[in-house]
Amino acid sequence: MKTVTGHRLFWPAAVLVVMLLANVVVTPGFLSVQVRGGHLYGSLIDILLFGAPLILISIGMTGVIATGGIDLSVGAVVAISGALACYMISGQDDQGSVPGVLVAVGLALGLSAVLGLWNGLLVARAGIQPIIATLILMVAGRGVAQLITSGKNINVNSPPYKLIGGGYLLTVPFAVLVAAVVVALAGLAVRRTALGMLLEAIGGNAEASRLVGIRSRRLIVLAYTFCAVCAGIAGLMISSNISTADGNNAGLWMELDAILAVVIGGTALTGGRFTLAGTVLGALVIQTLSTTIYTTGVPPQTTLVFKAVVVTAVCLIQSPAFRAKVFRRRPGAPPPDPVASPGPADVEVRA
Amino acid sequence: MTVLGTRTGVRIRRDHVAVLVTLGLLVAMFTAGSIAYPAFGSGQVVIDLFIDNGFLLVIAIGMTFVILTGGIDLSVGAVAALSAMLCAFLLERWHWPVAVVLPLVLLVGAGIGFAMGYVIHHFEIQPFIATLAGMFLARGLCFVISVNQISIKNPFFTEWAQTRIPLPGDMNLTPTVLIALAVLAAAFWTLHYTRFGRGVYAVGGNAQSALLMGLPVTRIRIGAYVVSGLCSALGGVLFAFYTISASGLHAVGTELDAIAAVVIGGTLLTGGSGYVLGTVLGVMLLGTIQTLLRFQGTLSSWWTRIAIGALLLLFIVLQRLLGSSRPGR
Repeated sequence: MKTVTGHRLFWPAAVLVVMLLANVVVTPGFLSVQVRGGHLYGSLIDILLFGAPLILISIGMTGVIATGGIDLSVGAVVAISGALACYMISGQDDQGSVPGVLVAVGLALGLSAVLGLWNGLLVARAGIQPIIATLILMVAGRGVAQLITSGKNINVNSPPYKLIGGGYLLTVPFAVLVAAVVVALAGLAVRRTALGMLLEAIGGNAEASRLVGIRSRRLIVLAYTFCAVCAGIAGLMISSNISTADGNNAGLWMELDAILAVVIGGTALTGGRFTLAGTVLGALVIQTLSTTIYTTGVPPQTTLVFKAVVVTAVCLIQSPAFRAKVFRRRPGAPPPDPVASPGPADVEVRA
Repeated sequence: MTVLGTRTGVRIRRDHVAVLVTLGLLVAMFTAGSIAYPAFGSGQVVIDLFIDNGFLLVIAIGMTFVILTGGIDLSVGAVAALSAMLCAFLLERWHWPVAVVLPLVLLVGAGIGFAMGYVIHHFEIQPFIATLAGMFLARGLCFVISVNQISIKNPFFTEWAQTRIPLPGDMNLTPTVLIALAVLAAAFWTLHYTRFGRGVYAVGGNAQSALLMGLPVTRIRIGAYVVSGLCSALGGVLFAFYTISASGLHAVGTELDAIAAVVIGGTLLTGGSGYVLGTVLGVMLLGTIQTLLRFQGTLSSWWTRIAIGALLLLFIVLQRLLGSSRPGR
């Protein structure tokens, strides 16, 4: 039992299962998945479809947090990427042309990568605290998105573009496939190569890693760039799903949700060890929460209250200090999860 | 203490440089504005800056305390919106007297701040996450109280919103400005002339050392969040005076403006170094940008955000170049 509850994925998985069970009690057919008109259909598929952008961003965020950083600008990148793609497509004579859409998508992702590069260089080269370095883009980015759209919502009518966020491939939502591919690639890259270990080393101590010969600066820039590209893909999905680019509201507070997903998943904000699987679980927890609130008929505006409660509960459960005080652990017993137990001094500096 | 410009005989302390640059930029921007638009260079424009940004000033002052201790408070905008909403709801729906509502609202703000500080200190939750939860909670409670905007018709509030205190030279100001200035004076006195204020700097400089020196780190750390919560609640009340309404969508993004103002004002986000007067300059600078754009007329509102971002970059790079007292992380 102890080994089960001590596993780092136990608490996020438990929260997710409890939430799904609660849904089954309220709505008996919640877990059923059917094929209708060649598409998979059901609440679970909805959770995956609407959760895909959040999963993507959270995966990118995990890499950044693993290096001991944080990226506040992802919400702004979501808005910029969607705005640029829709702007390009709306300017074409034939909005449905596949090459045109590909160019627009490529440009949007390219710009996202440049923005990530900018963040990474500020952090790794200029040595600015990640939270401030990315705050710049968070503040300015939404202005840039509105600059691209001239402050209006840009509507597009392009079937190929619609595929990204609202289409289906082999009965499965295309967005879910994209997210799955990115998660799989990221998982392979960090666990089948040394990349994951190097990221954790940098998160543990960037200077020490550099001294032992890890190219920590380059890897940090890579982490921020990957995060921004993930946010860019998410921005394409979101704008494609509603066929509109909204520079003001697209991706609003997405950075906070993504950071929450990472923390709920069990990766500490102080950097070091990280878990991609936990992050995916965390993102699913957040999305399930939103879906639950919609299906149970609670006024959707109160989602935030539930989110606050879940966040507080999950963070407290994961806090060794809280467990020690509330569950009265024997003094001297080693905390089961050393990752989630940053010293007070660390918390101080990083956050 | 490291000094610059010793040769010229003018000794400037390093941690004053950022504040002085902000001041210089503010003066330069104002001069440029006055030359371009004759109406800009009047005293009333300066006072309007305070009138329009009074609530932001109060919130940013609270934020300065938290950032000085090395923390951050993302909940300020939401707490301000919540306190405005509570005011509106209790006054308009339950018809409670103003004398009960105002202290109650301030108490709620301080209570939220205390709860966040308690969780941050005792359960070692990162300030970022704990205050994020506080932000979600406060914003959500706004919508639980009322999904729609509530307009305030209470005579005290409407009276207050219309009151203008005449000054010599055809100028006038609102009582809000006086409250904001009173808060500023209180904050300045607290930070520089009380034990608590010294403690705030000490904890931000190095919590471990502060603890070993026997400072009440627990009380100071939690106290900073209480101050921030209180200031946010007061800011929300001032916002309600200003708009005579309350909505769950009010003051969205205020936390970013407040953090930006504090950073532009020269306070280090790592804590331990900075001045509340710098924060005032930061708020004024943000306000001046908006006023300039309004006078200019053709540039759209989103340029404000881009300009704030550019300013943030400028000041952060400046702080890097000046070599802050501690290595940036």
